[in-house]
Amino acid sequence: MALRIDPDHRRFRDIVRGKIKQDLRKYISQGELIGRKGKDLVSIPLPQITVPRFRFGSRDRGGVGQGEGEVGDSLGKSDPNADGSGKAGDQAGEHALEVELSLEELAQIMGEELQLPRIEPKGKQRIIAQKDRYVGIRRAGPESLRHFKRTFRQALRRQIMTGSYDPKNPIITPVREDRRYRSWRTSPLPQSNAVMIFIMDVSGSMGDEQKEIVRIESFWIDAWLRSQYKGLESRYIIHDAVAKEVDRDTFFRTRESGGTMISSAYKLCAKMIEDDFPPSEWNIYPFHFSDGDNWSVDDTVQCVEILKTHILPKVNLFCYGQVESPYGSGQFIKDLNEHFDEEDSLVVSEIKGKDAIMDSIRDFLGKGK
Amino acid sequence: MASLPPYLVDIQREIEGYARGYGLDFWDCEFEILDYKKMQEVAAFGGFPVRYPHWRFGMEFEHLTKSHVYGFSKIYEMVINNNPAYAYLLEGNSLVDQKMVIAHVLGHVDFFKNNYFFSKTNRRMIDGMANHATRVRRHMERLGIDKVESFIDACLCIENLIDTMSPFIVRKPPADREKDRVETTAELPRIRAKSYMDKFINPPEYMEEQRRKMERERDKPRKNPAEPERDVLMFLLQNAPLEPWELDILEIIRDEAYYFAPQRQTKILNEGWAAYWHSKIMTEKALKVSEIIDYADHNAGVLATAPGQFNPYKIGIELLRDIEERWDKGRFGREWNECQSLDQRRTWDKRLGLGRKKIFEVRKLYNDVTFIDEFFTADFCERNKFFSFSLNDRTGNYEIDSREFDKIKHKMLFSLTNFGDPFIFVEDSNHDNRGELLMRHRHEGTDLQIDHARSTLSALGRIWRRPVNLLTVVDGKQKMFRFDGREHSEKSLSN
Repeated sequence: MALRIDPDHRRFRDIVRGKIKQDLRKYISQGELIGRKGKDLVSIPLPQITVPRFRFGSRDRGGVGQGEGEVGDSLGKSDPNADGSGKAGDQAGEHALEVELSLEELAQIMGEELQLPRIEPKGKQRIIAQKDRYVGIRRAGPESLRHFKRTFRQALRRQIMTGSYDPKNPIITPVREDRRYRSWRTSPLPQSNAVMIFIMDVSGSMGDEQKEIVRIESFWIDAWLRSQYKGLESRYIIHDAVAKEVDRDTFFRTRESGGTMISSAYKLCAKMIEDDFPPSEWNIYPFHFSDGDNWSVDDTVQCVEILKTHILPKVNLFCYGQVESPYGSGQFIKDLNEHFDEEDSLVVSEIKGKDAIMDSIRDFLGKGK
Repeated sequence: MASLPPYLVDIQREIEGYARGYGLDFWDCEFEILDYKKMQEVAAFGGFPVRYPHWRFGMEFEHLTKSHVYGFSKIYEMVINNNPAYAYLLEGNSLVDQKMVIAHVLGHVDFFKNNYFFSKTNRRMIDGMANHATRVRRHMERLGIDKVESFIDACLCIENLIDTMSPFIVRKPPADREKDRVETTAELPRIRAKSYMDKFINPPEYMEEQRRKMERERDKPRKNPAEPERDVLMFLLQNAPLEPWELDILEIIRDEAYYFAPQRQTKILNEGWAAYWHSKIMTEKALKVSEIIDYADHNAGVLATAPGQFNPYKIGIELLRDIEERWDKGRFGREWNECQSLDQRRTWDKRLGLGRKKIFEVRKLYNDVTFIDEFFTADFCERNKFFSFSLNDRTGNYEIDSREFDKIKHKMLFSLTNFGDPFIFVEDSNHDNRGELLMRHRHEGTDLQIDHARSTLSALGRIWRRPVNLLTVVDGKQKMFRFDGREHSEKSLSN
C-alpha cells in the first residue's frame, strides 16, 4: 500500500545514504534500539538527524526519576532522559517492550542498513541441499505426522459447536475431519564452504581501544557472513613479531606486546590456506587488522610478495583494516595502496574510531565478492 | 481510512455518556480505525493525515515503524486538538484496549477544549495543516524541492525560539510617529517653583542642559526591537529581508510551532488528566468483569516507570489523585501547612469533598510548570520515591544524586521551564550600526552546546542575510559568537 509519507521516507533514506544534502550528514547520529540476544544486548541501528538548535550542552544534564535506589546508585550508561527527541505523535501512548532477536535477524538488519549486496556462493562444492521445515498445518497427511493437540482442539471445537460436548463428562472423540497434520516446505539450501581468517596485530602499539574496534568489527563481519553462508568456519591468527593461531576467545582477549612483523602472519595465513582450504572448494576471506606500524621496510616488501603470490590468487577478498593509533606510523596502508592499486581482491579501509566501523564494514563487504 | 464499525460506535456512545456524567466537557470526536502502517504514518505527521513534504516526517516514520516491527513499542492512541476532535484507534486491538483508548481520548479532548493554554490555538488545524501542505508543495513545484526544503531546515533550527505566552499578550499598535514628534516639541520640564524663585531654581544653564538632553534623546538611533524580543520567529517575519515564498514558509513554521506549544506545555497535566479519567471511567463504569485482568495489565504498562525514567502519565495521574484527596480531606491552607504533628496530619480529614471541583479547576487553569510548582509537595515526593540523577563524569554513568525534595523539585521545574530550552532573545537588529543581528542568551547557569549553537547561527544567517551574533556565557566568561555568511568566529568579552 502506498503511503503519503513514502516520499518523505525516501528522502530521509537518501540523506542518510549521503545521496542528497551532504550538508546534513554531519548531524546524523547513529541512534539505536536495544534488543536482546541471549544474555547480550544488541543494538538495532536507527540513524537520526538532529536539527541543530540552541540547546543546553549535555554536560550538566540530569533529571528526575522515580523508584528504589540509594544515592550513588547507577542508572546505567544510556541517557535515561532520552524519550526520543521527536514528538512521536502527540499524545502517543507507547508501550515499551524488550525483544529477543536472533543473530540472523540482526545480520539482516545490518544488511538493510548498509545496503550490502549478497555474497555470491562460489566453488565446485555448490551442492544444493534440500531441507524440509515444518511450517504449518494441513488437513491431510500421513498419520505419522498427525498433530495430536490440534486434532483434539478441532474435535473439541466441533463438539462445542454441535452441542455434543458435556463439561461434566468431557470425552472428546476426533473424527476423520478433525484430523490435522503437520505440513512442511522444502527449501533449497545452497551449500558452500567459506572460511574467515581473522588476523589481528597485538603488538605493543595496539591499545585497548584499538582492540575494541577490531573486536566489534570482526563480530559484525562474522555475523554478516554467517547469515550468508551455512557452515562457515573461522580461524584466528594473532601476531606481533611472530604469528600463531589461537582460538576465538584468545583472539579477543589477548594482550601481547612486542614488535610487529606482519609477514609472519601472512606466512601463517598462506600456509593455512595451503594446508586446509583449497581455493577450488572454499570461499576464503582473510581480514587483517593492524595499526599499520610494521617493523621494517624489508618486512613490508616480504608481505607484499606473499600477498601477491600466495594469498591474493586464492582468496575471494583480502581485507586490510587499519585502526588509527596514537603510536603507529600508519605506513602499511600506504604501502599496500602503492602496490595493489589495481588489485580488485584487496580492500583497505582506515578505521578512525568506533563511529567509522560501519563505514569500514561497508568498504570491506560492499563489493559483494 | 475505515469508519468505525457499529459495535465500536455503540461503545463510543456508551463511554461518552459516562464521561458526560462525570462532568467532562468535550467536542464531538471522530474516531477512525487505522492499520499499524497508517497509524505510524499519522503519528509521524504529528497526528495529522497530511503535512507538508519534509524528510523529518520520514525519519519519524522509520523510527516508529522499526520500533513497532521489532516489538519495542506500540502506539495505542492518538488524538488531535481540533473541533471536532480526530482520534485514531489501532486496528486489531482488543475490545478492552479500544474502550480504554476511547475513554483516554475523551479526557484529552476535554482538556483541549477547556485548558486555558489551548484557548488561543487554531481549532480547525486539520484544515490549517492541509493548507500549509498545499502552500509548501506549490513553492516546491515552482522553485524545486531542494531550495524550499533547505529553507525549511533553516527555519526548523529556530523553531523553538518562540514566546509561548505571546498569544496571550495584547499587543500595542505600532507606535504612532506623529505622536512621537509632538512629544519632542513638548515643553522643557521645569522644577516647580514660585515665580520669584524660578530663575534660581531653574537657572538658564540648567534649562539649556535639559534641552540638550531632550535633543540627544530624540536623535539617539531608535533600537529595534525596543525591548529584547523572545518571539524570534515573529521578529524575523517582520524584519528579515525575505522573499515572499520565504515569508510564507517561515509563517507556516511559526504557526505550527505555536499550535504544538501548549501540548508541550501541558504534557504531564494533560496525560495525567486523560489517564485519571480513563481509569475512573473504566473501573467504575465501562469494564466488564471478564475484562479486568487485561485492562489492569495494559494500564500497568502505560503507567510503568523504569528506574530512572520519568513517565508523564504516571506523575500526572498520581498528582491529580493526590490533589483530589487533599481537597476532599481539607489538607490545604494555612492551618494544614502549619500543622507540625505527624499524627494529626495522618488522620486529618475535614470531609470537605472539594476534590473533584479542585481538579477540574486545575485542568482549566494550570500548565506543567504551575502544576508542579504548586502541587508537588514534599509528602508527595517522598511517597512516590522521586530522586534526581546526574552524570557521574568519572564512571560515565548516570547516578542517583539526591533524594532531597528541594533539589528534585528544582530540577524538575528547570527541565520544564521553557521546555528545558535556553532563553534566547533578539537584542538588536542593527548591531554595531551595520544591520547585523544580535541575539542574546540569558544565561542561567547552564552553557549552550557550542557546535549546535554555531550551526543554528548559520541558519539564522541564512534568514537574516547579514552577519549574526550571539552573546552568551561559556565557562563563566562572556563570549560573542559570530557568523558572517561564510565563516564562524568567536571572541571573549571582558565582563
